[in-house]
Amino acid sequence: MLDKILFAFFAVLAVGSAIMMITRRNIVHGAVYLITTLLATAGIFLSLQAEFLFVVQIILYVGGIMVLFVFVIMLVNLDVAVRLVQFNRQGLLAGVLALVLAVQIFFALWIGRSGLPHPAARMMPLKNTEAVGDALFQHYMLPFEIASVLLLVAMIGAVVMAKRRV
Amino acid sequence: MTDTRTNGGSQVETTVLGADEIILNMGPQHPSTHGVLRVKLKLDGERVVDSECIIGYLHRGVEKIAEHRSYQQFAPYVDRMDYCAAVSNGLGYCEAVEKLLGAEAPPRARVVRTILTELQRIASHLIWLGTHALDIGALTPVFYAFREREEILKIFEKYCGARLTTHAFRIGGLQYETYDGFEEEVKRFCDDFAAKVDEYETLLTENRIWVGRTKGVGILNTEDAIALGVTGPVLRASGMKWDLRKATPYAAYDQYDFEIPTRPTGDTYDRYLVRMEEMRQSRRICLQAVANIPTGPIMAKVGKVLKPPPGEVYHAIEAPKGELGYYIVSDGTTQPYRVRVRPPSFINLQAFNKMARGALVADVVAIIGTIDIVLGEVDR
Amino acid sequence: MTHLIPPAILPYILPVVYGAVIVAILPLLAGYIVLLERKIMADMQVRLGPMRVGPHGLLQPLADALKLLLKEDIVPRHADRFMFFVAPILSVTMALIAYAAMPFGPAFQVADLNVGLLFIFAVGSLGIYGIVLGGWASNSHYSLIGALRSAAQLVSYETAAALGIVSALLLAGSLSMKEIVRAQFDQGVWFIFVVPVGFFIYLVGSIAETNRAPFDLPEAESELVAGYMTEYSGFRWALYFLSEYANMVIAAGIATTLFLGGWLRPFPGNHQHLFGTPVELLDALPALLFVAVGLYCFSLTPRQPVQIQKIVMAAVGGACLVLAAVMAVVLFPPFDVARDGVHGAFWFLAKVTAYLYTFLWIRFTFPRYRFDQLMRLGWRFLIPLGLINVIVVGVSIVVQQNWEWKHPVVSAVVTTAIMFGVALWLTEEGVKPEPAAQPADGE
Repeated sequence: MLDKILFAFFAVLAVGSAIMMITRRNIVHGAVYLITTLLATAGIFLSLQAEFLFVVQIILYVGGIMVLFVFVIMLVNLDVAVRLVQFNRQGLLAGVLALVLAVQIFFALWIGRSGLPHPAARMMPLKNTEAVGDALFQHYMLPFEIASVLLLVAMIGAVVMAKRRV
Repeated sequence: MTDTRTNGGSQVETTVLGADEIILNMGPQHPSTHGVLRVKLKLDGERVVDSECIIGYLHRGVEKIAEHRSYQQFAPYVDRMDYCAAVSNGLGYCEAVEKLLGAEAPPRARVVRTILTELQRIASHLIWLGTHALDIGALTPVFYAFREREEILKIFEKYCGARLTTHAFRIGGLQYETYDGFEEEVKRFCDDFAAKVDEYETLLTENRIWVGRTKGVGILNTEDAIALGVTGPVLRASGMKWDLRKATPYAAYDQYDFEIPTRPTGDTYDRYLVRMEEMRQSRRICLQAVANIPTGPIMAKVGKVLKPPPGEVYHAIEAPKGELGYYIVSDGTTQPYRVRVRPPSFINLQAFNKMARGALVADVVAIIGTIDIVLGEVDR
Repeated sequence: MTHLIPPAILPYILPVVYGAVIVAILPLLAGYIVLLERKIMADMQVRLGPMRVGPHGLLQPLADALKLLLKEDIVPRHADRFMFFVAPILSVTMALIAYAAMPFGPAFQVADLNVGLLFIFAVGSLGIYGIVLGGWASNSHYSLIGALRSAAQLVSYETAAALGIVSALLLAGSLSMKEIVRAQFDQGVWFIFVVPVGFFIYLVGSIAETNRAPFDLPEAESELVAGYMTEYSGFRWALYFLSEYANMVIAAGIATTLFLGGWLRPFPGNHQHLFGTPVELLDALPALLFVAVGLYCFSLTPRQPVQIQKIVMAAVGGACLVLAAVMAVVLFPPFDVARDGVHGAFWFLAKVTAYLYTFLWIRFTFPRYRFDQLMRLGWRFLIPLGLINVIVVGVSIVVQQNWEWKHPVVSAVVTTAIMFGVALWLTEEGVKPEPAAQPADGE
């Protein structure tokens, strides 16, 4: 019962924040609603007993990537105090496409609903942290290393580009 | 370039020059400008490209007042110029008028004057130390420095009744005899003081953060210093060994043995070291002087009404902040025709632009503190 | 009694009570930490500190809180009203949430998460938004720059602090706060003695995390950039202030749990008994400490100049003796059950207080770093040092395990010596500040 309530709460929060995010005029407000969407997602992780993903989502996504977003928004908007007026002439087309996509997703989930594992029945043999660590460093070692090399390249590129300016 | 009169605080002006340049206004009310000083900085991002000091907020017309006072009546006014080192101001003025009169203070008066002036130099440097460290973020040295300064001010109060604007000297010598226990108290202060200077040094000199904030900041090289007319510890820290106490000795300085600390680079750290060493040397002079105060009269025979013969004199002393000069023109009456004061802080402040160019905004505060200005002297 | 409560709610009662206690006490505690800071600052600066409001200034926090509540609430024109309202609340809420995972004693913890430590870090990184949004909502150019700088500093030093923590985590083997303390109990030694360099990295990182001197450039009064808190007055400012002190206590709590043994007493494995009594020698320490402090207070009482101060000093001495009695009483049989809790809370709070004292001590001793020097220190000294520390400690643990090394002290000493060498090398190498002003050429 409790997990249903929690899921409903987080789901409504996530979807509601997402809707607010795309409808705000003020771009910083939009960023804040993106933050709440991500937090709601983290809450869903927690209710699925993936506590490591929960904290890592918050530390990395909300506390790192969104901080970066917010920095850029604020630095770019610095001398332009006017809230940009968003114009949107494609609302109708976007709405139709989104509806089509939603119907497709719902249809796919409905067809395959018997195959999804029941959340209450899952029993984790290891705690989430150990399970993630196990997977990352044993089965998925190569992709992990490649991803970290990619990140390193991106970091070096960013530093080189910024340094030239100074 | 729009000029906005501001009531204080930092303000961004609306004119934008260049791609990233803005003009930042600091003061006149600001915790770190050591008085009512307004500094306009032209910034390119974080770096200072140009600066302008706007002074005059404390101008009281002291030099004009001098033309309407007799020579003795004007003496208390000079204390109010550099109010952190009133005794030195008084010394310069009294000696200048004595030169005009052709009189000379008796030996006892000269020695006591030296002692009090050196104590005042220590007190002034203690204020500098405390406020400069406070600007850079060290919260504690200011209290230790003021603790020692309190001892000096107690000596002044016992001697002449005032702590800050002392009017300690008279034209021709001293008014007051030294009080009972003067020598012991000065000696005791000097004995304790050496350990205290070491205490300040342990807090700051080797401290990595202090060195990082002061080394290489606000460099003024020797040629620029001389060309700008900078004097005092700022000049000595830029490599020039010049001190009026040795170059043109006055009061009783020729009798005593002391060093002139000099440093080569002319950055904030060097000025810090020079002033710390000067405090030690002042203590050395005081100890030598107080061990051997000659007996005798304290006042020369100059008469009650002072009417110096027409003429002019320029007399300069080494005040704690630099060369303090008095140019007095007499027309034979009891009131001077013109008194022009050469304030060391005013001239030294002109080096600010040179020192601040290329510095970061966060260093501007350190640079203002290291020149050691007193606005009372800059504006008069 | 327990059968009266529906079973669904039962497991939540105690955490809610603990949580309510923490939230209720924390503002008062933060206020008194401010008073403590002012008194300690005054002591180091050869003066007395607040003395007027209440005997020895003890009512000063209440006066300050009252003043802040009654101040006019100024909101800048054109400020984003919603963000302006939310930002300080965000800071405080995040600081308070972090207390959920903090173990004040073996039983006193709101929630023992598997990932408790990471949870506190996660909530700490959410606290950054309180600063960033606060600076932005003020609609002031310099507030925003100050806020962004502060946020950049926080993000950088968070990485460094986490690297310091990781070296202790390698020894503990778990992210749960309780497990970490238990690991120190099992290994019989506080982790600070095994990885002192990790502790040092965490110490510096946590000082920068909480915006304390020498890393408080974004909020210093004598700097040009005014800082994110400028436009906040009255109670909003009080909330920011409260969040800063709450963060300090959290940082102290993390350091205590990870490096200083949490609620364990010194030498938790040493069971030497006191003169043949069933009481362990080291367990008698709290009582003895309080007795000593109480007697000291009594000795100071006659020297107080004012009557009310005499009374308060005597009352404080009496309170210390009462606490000593409590500490002693729980050592004996009928009250044994409370022993771990009471003594655990005492040791935890004592260590947190010592860590906070270090924070204050450092604040009043050192000047402030300039912002570029601060970032240089974080990125070019602390983070490399932290990374190498993790590697070296990891290697040392593997060596110990695989070769069944029986001398952990030697390996700890060797590890620390290697790290000192690395730190010295990093210091010489990269941390020299570049000259801030280039001499103007051809002026």
